[in-house]
Parts: sequence; C-alpha cells; structure tokens
Amino acid sequence: MVPATAYLALSAVLFTLGAAGVLVRRNALIVFMSVELMLNAVNLAFVTFARQHLSIDGQVIVFFVLVVAAVEVVVGLALIGEIFRSRETVDIDDVDLLRG
Amino acid sequence: MEWAVFLPAAALAVAGGVGVVAARQPVHSAIALLIVLAALAVTYLVLAAQFVAVLQVIIYAGAIVVLFLFVIMLLNVRSGEDLPVKLPRQAAVAAVAAGVYLTALLVAVLGAARPFPPAPDGFGTAQAVGAALLADYLLPFELAAVIMLVGIVAAVLLGRRPPAGRGDR
Repeated sequence: MVPATAYLALSAVLFTLGAAGVLVRRNALIVFMSVELMLNAVNLAFVTFARQHLSIDGQVIVFFVLVVAAVEVVVGLALIGEIFRSRETVDIDDVDLLRG
Repeated sequence: MEWAVFLPAAALAVAGGVGVVAARQPVHSAIALLIVLAALAVTYLVLAAQFVAVLQVIIYAGAIVVLFLFVIMLLNVRSGEDLPVKLPRQAAVAAVAAGVYLTALLVAVLGAARPFPPAPDGFGTAQAVGAALLADYLLPFELAAVIMLVGIVAAVLLGRRPPAGRGDR
C-alpha cells in the first residue's frame, strides 16, 4: 500500500514546480498553466487527506477548486486575449504600465 | 500492487510538471499539462476518489486544456522569451529558491501524514460526493453556479469586438 507520504511528496514537488514556473516564465499563457499545476498539486493533497481521514469533505472541496479553476481560466484567457489584441504581446514583462 | 500504478503515474506527473515549466512553446506546455492531469487522475483512482478522477478528466483535460489550446492557436503567440533576462542568473537563483521552498513544504506537509485506514465500500463514488454536495454543501454548490455565471458574462464581455465606428476604447 502506498503511504500518504508518497502522495504528499508528489503534491509538494508539483506545487514547487508550479510556483517556480509562475515566477520564472514570462509568457503569460505558461504562467497561467503553472497556476493550474499548483491548483492540481493542492487538489492531490486534498484527496490524500480525504482518504487519510476517510472524510468526503476533501473530495467536495476538490470539486469547488475545479469550478473556480475553470472560471479563472475562462476569465484569465479572455483578459490575455484582450491584452494581446491591444498590445500585440503576451510577455508579462511588456505589460508593466502599473510599475512603480 | 498499488506501487505499480502509483510510481509510473507519479513519474509521469513530475516529468509533465517539468515540461510545463520548461517548454519553450506554449503548445508543448499545454500537452505537458495534459500529461500531468491524466497522471493525477490515475492517482485519484488509487486514492479511492473515482468521482474526482472522472471530474479531473472531463473538466480539466477535456475543457480547460482545450481552452488553452484554442487560445494558443488564436493568439498565434510570439513567445518573446528570446529577449535577454532582466535579472542576472535568474535560473540558478530560481533553482536554489525552489529547493529551499520544497524542503520547507515537505517538512510542513509530511508531518501530517498518517497510515491510511481501509476505505469503506462506496467511498468517493459519485453518489457519496453528490450526497455531501447537495446536503452539507448546498449553499456553496449554488454559489458555484453564480460564479460560473459571472465567468460566462465576463468572457462574453471581454471577448466581444469593440463596437464599430467608436474607434479606440
């Protein structure tokens, strides 16, 4: 039987990869996919703890994370499309009008 | 037996995660993300979460990644990542910071791990999750519908063409 530590370690590795991607990559689309990676790592941790405590609540929360992720992707991609239409770029370094 | 399923899935997930972050083309990132999502669906099955595994495949792999692929195709993106990096030695610093962060995360999360009790019959089925959703989580469930409606309205509003003749907005 695979112990909980294995799942949690996998979750931590995926979350770290996603966080590194958000901070290092400059293509807004890839930054966005890295956010999805982090959300998935958190989902894995939720499912693991649901199994560990035999509580269905963890799996219900994964459902809500899925809903919010789907809406976030729709709105975020629409925003990226709008930025691309007006500025012809998806490089986040080029979108720095608010930089102090 | 479970290891024989978990280990390939975990290896695929980590490889896909590296692919998402490291790929030069957004399309390759999207395909790598698809691999991660499929591998995680397999681990959900091992974790007695069959309904979540199905949701993962339908919503994430079926809808979200397809949306990403559509936007990538529509935008015909010039990646722009061949420009010089503004921060010196960014990759090395990122690797070190990621290592420190991963260590902290592992220390925090592995302390909470306990042995799995045997799962009862029917744990994680659509019936069990649905009963919890419509009984204990009814209000959040309805609010999720409102959030989705907001998302639809926002996507339509953001995605429409600017009215003709008005020039710039």
